[in-house]
Amino acid sequence: MSLPTDRLSPRTLQALLVVAVFVLVTGAWELVVRVGQMPAFILPPPSAIAGQLVAMVLQKLFWVDFSTTMHEVLLGYGVAIAIAIVLGVAISQVHLLELSLMPYIVAFQTIPSVALAPLFLQWFGYGLLSKVVMAALIAFFPLLVNVIAGLQASGREEIEMLRAFGATRLQILTKVRVPNALPYVFAGLELGVVFALVGAIVAEFVGAKAGLGNRILQYNEQFNIAGMFAVLMVLAAMGMLMHRIVALIKHRTLFWIERHDRGG
Amino acid sequence: MTAVADAAAAAPLLRIGGLRMRYASRRSGATQALETIDLDIARGEFVAIVGPSGCGKTTLLKILAGLVEGFDGTAALGGRAIVKPSLDVGVVFQEPTLLPWRTVLDNILLPAELVKMDRIACRERALALMHKVGLAGFEHKYPKELSGGMRQRAGICRALVRDPQVLLMDEPFGALDAMTREFLNVELQRLWLDSGKTVVFVTHSIPEAVFLADRVIVMTPRPGRIAEIVPVALPRPRRLADMAHESTGALLERIRRHFFSHGAAIE
Repeated sequence: MSLPTDRLSPRTLQALLVVAVFVLVTGAWELVVRVGQMPAFILPPPSAIAGQLVAMVLQKLFWVDFSTTMHEVLLGYGVAIAIAIVLGVAISQVHLLELSLMPYIVAFQTIPSVALAPLFLQWFGYGLLSKVVMAALIAFFPLLVNVIAGLQASGREEIEMLRAFGATRLQILTKVRVPNALPYVFAGLELGVVFALVGAIVAEFVGAKAGLGNRILQYNEQFNIAGMFAVLMVLAAMGMLMHRIVALIKHRTLFWIERHDRGG
Repeated sequence: MTAVADAAAAAPLLRIGGLRMRYASRRSGATQALETIDLDIARGEFVAIVGPSGCGKTTLLKILAGLVEGFDGTAALGGRAIVKPSLDVGVVFQEPTLLPWRTVLDNILLPAELVKMDRIACRERALALMHKVGLAGFEHKYPKELSGGMRQRAGICRALVRDPQVLLMDEPFGALDAMTREFLNVELQRLWLDSGKTVVFVTHSIPEAVFLADRVIVMTPRPGRIAEIVPVALPRPRRLADMAHESTGALLERIRRHFFSHGAAIE
C-alpha cells in the first residue's frame, strides 16, 4: 500500500503540511482559550485576533501608521546600505583603514544597538529621524561585515589572471572583486532588511507619534491584546515580504551561482 | 611566416640571462628558487619546460609574464626588459579561471576590454579564435555549461585575443583527463603552426613536452637550474602515433634520466 504522500510533489506536500500545522495550532489555541476560559487580556483566541486584524486594516489611521513605519524602515535600510558599501569598499581597499577601523567595528558589533534608542530619541527627537537612525544602525553591521568579507573573497587565481592581462587595481575591483562580493552582500541585504524593521519598531517603542510600534504600545495600554497580535501579524508579513523581495532580486542577480535551496 | 618575420627571428625574441630568484620567507629564511638561468627563445619557437614540482618553472613563467619582481639578472622581450605585464604576452593558466558571470565570449574579450582595444576588431578575432578551437556556437554560454577541456580552450582564446607575440602556458592541460589532454595537444600544435606565435609551455608531463616542443628545457629540483636543453627534431605536424616511435622513446628516456639522477625518485 502506498502512502498518499508518494503521489505529491515535494512542494505541494510541504504546502499541505504548513497549512496543516497552522490549522492544528490555531485550532488548539482557540480550543484551549475557550475551554480554559482564558481572559482576553491575557491570551485572546485566534478568532478575536482575526476580527481585530480585519477591523484594523479598514481604519484609515492604520495605513498612516503602516506607511510611517515603512518609511522609517526603507530610509534606514537605504542609509545603511549606502554607508556600508562606501565604508566596506574603503576598508577592504585601504589597508591602513582596515588596520585602524576593524577593531572598532568588531567591538561596536558587540554593543546591543537597541540600547542606544533612548539616546537617539534625545538627539534626533520624536519624529522620523530617530527611527531612521536606529533602523540604519541595526541594519548597518551585518551589511558592512558582509561587504568587507565579500570584497576580500576573490580567489588568488582570478586576481592573478587579471594582473597578467595588465588590469589596474580599479579594474580588479570592478571586474572581479565586486561580482565575487555579491553573494555576501546579498546575505547582508537579506539580514539587513529584517534588522531595519526591528530597529524602527524599537525606536518607536522608546518614543513616537505614529507607526506600528507605537500602535502596539497604544493597544497594550488599552489591554487590547488581540489588537497587539494583529499588529504583530502585520509586522511579520512585512518582514517576510521584504525579505522575499530581496531574495528574489538576489536570485535574479546571482544567476551564475548554483542554487541548492529554493525554499525560504 | 613572412620574410620580414624571418629576418627579425635572427635575434631571440625572449632573452633570459643570469636569472636568479630567491624568496624571503620568515620561517625558513631565504629560499633559492631559481639559480642562474640562461635561455634564449627564438621568434616562433615552441619551448617546453619540464621539471619536478617546486623547481621554479612556474616562477620562471611568471617572471616572463611580468608578474614577479625582485629577481637578479635579465629577462627581456624583443630587447626590452620585462618589468610588468605586456600586451605582447598572453598567459594560459593551470586553471582556466573564467569568470562565471561572463559569457564565454565576454570572458575571451576581457583582456582586450582591460586595455580598451578596438571592440569590433577584437570581437571578430575572438570569434575567429573560437571557431578555430571548436568553440563556435558557445559564444553566449556561461563557463559552467562547458566541459573542462572546452573551458581551457576558451582560456587559450582569451590569451590570444590581443594577438600577442608570446603565449605563456602554465600546465594548461594538467587538470584534464588523458584523452582530452592528448586531443588538446594536437589542437594546440595546429593552432601554433597556423599562428607562428612563440610559446613557452610549462608541464609535468615529459611525453607532452616532447610531442609539442622544438626544445625541451629540463630543470633540476630546487634551486631550479637548467639541467639540459633537449632539441626535438621530429617533423611537423606531429601525430600522436609518432610518440610510439623508437627515436621518441629515446628522447623520453634521455629526459626522464635527469629526474632519476637527482635522487628525487630514488629512495
